[in-house]
Amino acid sequence: MTPLARRRAEGAVALASGTLFGLGLAVAGMTRPEKVIGFLDFFRNWDPSLAFVMGGAIAVHATSWRALKGRRSPLLATRFLVPTRRDLDARLIVGAAIFGAGWGLGGLCPGPGIASLATAAPSVALFLVAMLAGNLGAARVEPFIGRALKRG
Amino acid sequence: MRGAAIASRLRPGVNERMNLPLDWIRALEGGALIGLSASLMLAFNGRVAGVSGMVGGLLQPSPGDWSWRALFLAGLALGGVVAAAVLPNAFAASPASTGTVLAAGLLVGFGSRVGNGCTSGHGVCGISRLSPRSVAATLTFISTGAITVLLTGGSP
Repeated sequence: MTPLARRRAEGAVALASGTLFGLGLAVAGMTRPEKVIGFLDFFRNWDPSLAFVMGGAIAVHATSWRALKGRRSPLLATRFLVPTRRDLDARLIVGAAIFGAGWGLGGLCPGPGIASLATAAPSVALFLVAMLAGNLGAARVEPFIGRALKRG
Repeated sequence: MRGAAIASRLRPGVNERMNLPLDWIRALEGGALIGLSASLMLAFNGRVAGVSGMVGGLLQPSPGDWSWRALFLAGLALGGVVAAAVLPNAFAASPASTGTVLAAGLLVGFGSRVGNGCTSGHGVCGISRLSPRSVAATLTFISTGAITVLLTGGSP
C-alpha cells in the first residue's frame, strides 16, 4: 500500500469510527446533560444508568486490547501510538479534578459536546467555544503548571 | 427486556422514568458502540480514541496528524446528526445558565488538556488497558464531578 493510500484508508476508518462513537454516545444518553448530572448525583437522586455506558464500552474495548496486544503493528498504520506512562503525577490529578468539576457543572464532556452540534443549540456552541479556549489556555500555561507542581 | 426495548422504539411515547431498566439497556448498547469505535481506531490506526486529545491536536497541528483527527471529530458530529434523526430523545437542552455553560466549557477544556484526557481517553480507552494513570484520573474526575453536583444542587 502506498503511503497516500494508507493515509486515506486511515482517514476513512477515523470518520467511520467517529460516527459510531457519536451515535453510541447519543444512544447511551451521554448527550443529555441532566442525565449526566443525575449520574454524578450519588448522594441524592442517583441515576446509575450511565455506569453501564462505561461498563459496555470497557467490556468491548478491553477484549479488543487483549486480542491486539501481541501484534507488532495495527492493520493499517505502521505502529501503535498508545500512551505507555504508568506513573501518577500531580498534573494528571489536578487536571482530572478540574475537568470533573466542569463535567459536573454543565453535564457535558468533549465527545457529547461535539455530537450535540446536531441540535444547533446556542448553549452547545458556547460550551464548545469555551472548551477550545480552555484547551488553548492550558497549552499557554502548561510550562508554568509543570514547574509549579514540581516545586509543590 | 429486549422485547421491551423494541416495543418502546415502536411506541416512542413510553415513559422512560417508569421503565428504568430500559435506560440501562440503552446505556449498555451505546457503550458497546463506543467500545467498538475505540477498537476500530486501535486495530486499524493504532490510535487511542481520546476526544480531548484530538481536539488539542487540531489546535496545535503537526503535519500528517491533522486529517485523521479532523475526520474522527467530523464523524462524531455526523453521528450526532444520525442520532437526532432516528432517536427523538437523544438530546436535551442544557438546564444550565449561560454563565454556568461558559464556566463548564472552560474547565472541561483546561482540565482535560492538563490531565491528558477526558471520559473517552481515560475513562474508556485507558481503563480498558488497565493504565494506572487512567484509573486514577477517572476516579478523580468522577469524584470532583459528584462534589460539584452536590454543591450546585444536582438533579431535581
